[in-house]
Amino acid sequence: MDFGFSISPSSTINLDKVDFTLYDRLCEIEPDAKKCMACGSCSATCTAGPWTGMSVRKVILGIQRGKESEAEKMLKGCMLCGKCTMVCPRGINTRHLILSLCRIYGEGER
Amino acid sequence: MIYQGKQKIWSDYQKDIPDDHWFYVRSCIRQSFFPASEKYFLKICRDLLGKDVYETEHHTTCGGIAYHSDTIPQETAMTIVARQFALMKEAGYKNLVTSCITSFGNYTEIIETWREFPELEAKIRENLWKACRREFDIPEYVAHASDLIFKFKDEIGSLAKYHLVDGVTGEPLRVVEHIGCHYSKMFPHKGFGGAEYPCVLSGMVESWGGHVIDYPERRHCCGFGFRQYLVKANRGYSVSNTHKKFESMEPYHPDMIITNCPGCPYFLDRWQYVISEMEGKTYGQNGYGIPVFTYEEVAGLVLGFDPWDLGLQIHQVAVEPLLEKIGIPYDPKKKYLGLDGKEIMKPGLPTVLKCC
Amino acid sequence: MKDNIVIIGGGIAGMEAAHQLLLLGYKPILVEKSDHLGGHVADWHKLFPDMSPAKDAVRDLEEKIKEANIFLETEVSFINRLKNGYNVMFTNGVNVICKAILLATGFNLFEASRKEEYGYGIYNQVMTNSDLERWFNTGDDKRINGKEIKKVGFVHCVGSRDVKAGNPQCSKVCCITAIKQAMEVKEFFPDAEVYCFYMDLRLFGKKYEDFYIKAQMESGVHFIRGRVSEVSENIEGKVIVKTEDTLSGKPAKVTLDLLVLMSGIVCNKQAVDTASLVQVKTDSDGFLKSKDNILNIIETDSKGVFLAGTATGPKTVPETVAEARAAALAIHNYLVTLK
Repeated sequence: MDFGFSISPSSTINLDKVDFTLYDRLCEIEPDAKKCMACGSCSATCTAGPWTGMSVRKVILGIQRGKESEAEKMLKGCMLCGKCTMVCPRGINTRHLILSLCRIYGEGER
Repeated sequence: MIYQGKQKIWSDYQKDIPDDHWFYVRSCIRQSFFPASEKYFLKICRDLLGKDVYETEHHTTCGGIAYHSDTIPQETAMTIVARQFALMKEAGYKNLVTSCITSFGNYTEIIETWREFPELEAKIRENLWKACRREFDIPEYVAHASDLIFKFKDEIGSLAKYHLVDGVTGEPLRVVEHIGCHYSKMFPHKGFGGAEYPCVLSGMVESWGGHVIDYPERRHCCGFGFRQYLVKANRGYSVSNTHKKFESMEPYHPDMIITNCPGCPYFLDRWQYVISEMEGKTYGQNGYGIPVFTYEEVAGLVLGFDPWDLGLQIHQVAVEPLLEKIGIPYDPKKKYLGLDGKEIMKPGLPTVLKCC
Repeated sequence: MKDNIVIIGGGIAGMEAAHQLLLLGYKPILVEKSDHLGGHVADWHKLFPDMSPAKDAVRDLEEKIKEANIFLETEVSFINRLKNGYNVMFTNGVNVICKAILLATGFNLFEASRKEEYGYGIYNQVMTNSDLERWFNTGDDKRINGKEIKKVGFVHCVGSRDVKAGNPQCSKVCCITAIKQAMEVKEFFPDAEVYCFYMDLRLFGKKYEDFYIKAQMESGVHFIRGRVSEVSENIEGKVIVKTEDTLSGKPAKVTLDLLVLMSGIVCNKQAVDTASLVQVKTDSDGFLKSKDNILNIIETDSKGVFLAGTATGPKTVPETVAEARAAALAIHNYLVTLK
């Protein structure tokens, strides 16, 4: 029966159901990903961010929360200039991290 | 679960409710949704407990639903409430008891607002005088009707013909209690047991033999949410909330739900049908739903009143399996007979949810 | 030197002050209401950042103050002001005329059950930071023993930075304590997922940031920025925690085998009564009021009355000890000026 409305999906992040496979794989090759403290300096300095939605902070967080496709979409906006690496206070080689992530995503496609 | 921990909190949130002489205000919607509840509240209070409960045909809505659905400003709601207080003053009463949780919340919130903003109270006094030449006193006490039943739960229990137990096994029934949001979330000290672990309904359930279930989404809204339901475009939010509650209580296999708000039993009852149509899922046993009751209906059942006199045929979810479980007799042939003995209309049957 | 000095409170502040006063040649009187010295530290397991045993620190101090007059299970009954000092009556019947009083009355741990929504004392698998330290020390707690511990949560700021709980102040040591305990739990249960729910991480002290990075890098603790709003129990007896993952801007929930509430440092209400006997007032945060909060935190407006440690607000162990030393010196200087 069509009531004209339906049960909406919940926006709640259910941490019980988050799949950490991709995050664990990322941490294997980029252990520094764990160091991110979400300060946002990478996103603030990102050349591509304001137009493409790219944000290294959000990419890492997205992978931590199981939002892999959203993270992948953001990554496509990156132009690999490396400004984020320059500003990261925790010394994360973000440019390298992005390249590693692209490689992991590439593995998935093969 | 550590029961003593809850008892400790309950002892922090007790109310000293006056024993007698109440001015009763009804709910706008309960008389159509649960047509016998208010009647049986009055019957229990007056005839069984011998209390003086007065009501006047001149009282109106409290404006609560309109206020919560953004259709009237709060000052209008306040002036409506001021008029009810004026009627109470004219009748010579000082204790107000409300049938509705929205009203209870509305009255309590308005009195508190006037305490914090006396100039607003002065303005409302002027509004009321201009509108209808009446004057009011703020009630000495505002209670919800479930507070009174809670206060007298043991007296009702001592008169009980049936208890909330399985008639065959003697096991207590597993009861979900659902408290209306506006009962104590705004002012925890205005409700028996506070806001996190209210005991107003669980106390009745325990006194009448049942076992209370504390499930993860116990504190969550029933789903009504005023604008979430009243605006059709939002209605998905309403049913989603209800769905979330049923999913959360499902593993406990509740026998019944008891509520103290007009909207909650309505939505917890009716949305079970809608969820069954949308998802093909039912939450009771053997394809039935979980029956949902007002506390007056439960009190009425415990006291041995006829289920059809209590208006239980108006529910969406069939109550018969529960009546049988407790051992309460009922006549299926009389389910859809009116007070005059003539047939009232029979509802159509859902495709999924099993009804009797 | 014959001047009597009364130290009220036998925690580490009172003990260290007694130690320094002994070194300066005094014979202080130390009164402690409980049956042992060391206060809250005596109940703790390991102390950050060195992870040295708390009992060693207490034992070390105990060794140093053997010469002091120590009254255990003793409280102050009343204090009368004299011309150049005070007459202090203790509950053990001893009466002392002293020139100086040190209030080292410490703190109370916030009573976690007051945050009703967190279900301490109601839901079986909820404990406090203090309960966890007790388990580290004794290995005895039915919330952990015999249970499968696969997911553990830590709630920061329980009863601190909370106006509604009556404690707007930051309790200062809980962030680092949570991280310390999260890493210790990870050592006991290496396969467990550990979550810290925080509002801000205030890791101001020496090596604290190192702890944070270590917790992230080596222990794999998940840090979720969001204050827990509600805890409930599921049919298996596990706790379900609701918070907002504020960095994602979305509500989040997780089911845990154990939830640890970081009860904050709040003022010791009993100390307020004792302090009022010598006209020491309370500050706006409920802790005892110093002469000022910059250069004279140890001094009070009452002649000959001094303060040390968490009586004036949340402090770490090294801060408390430093303040106790400063208080001992301040008392000494005060007594010299009396001569």
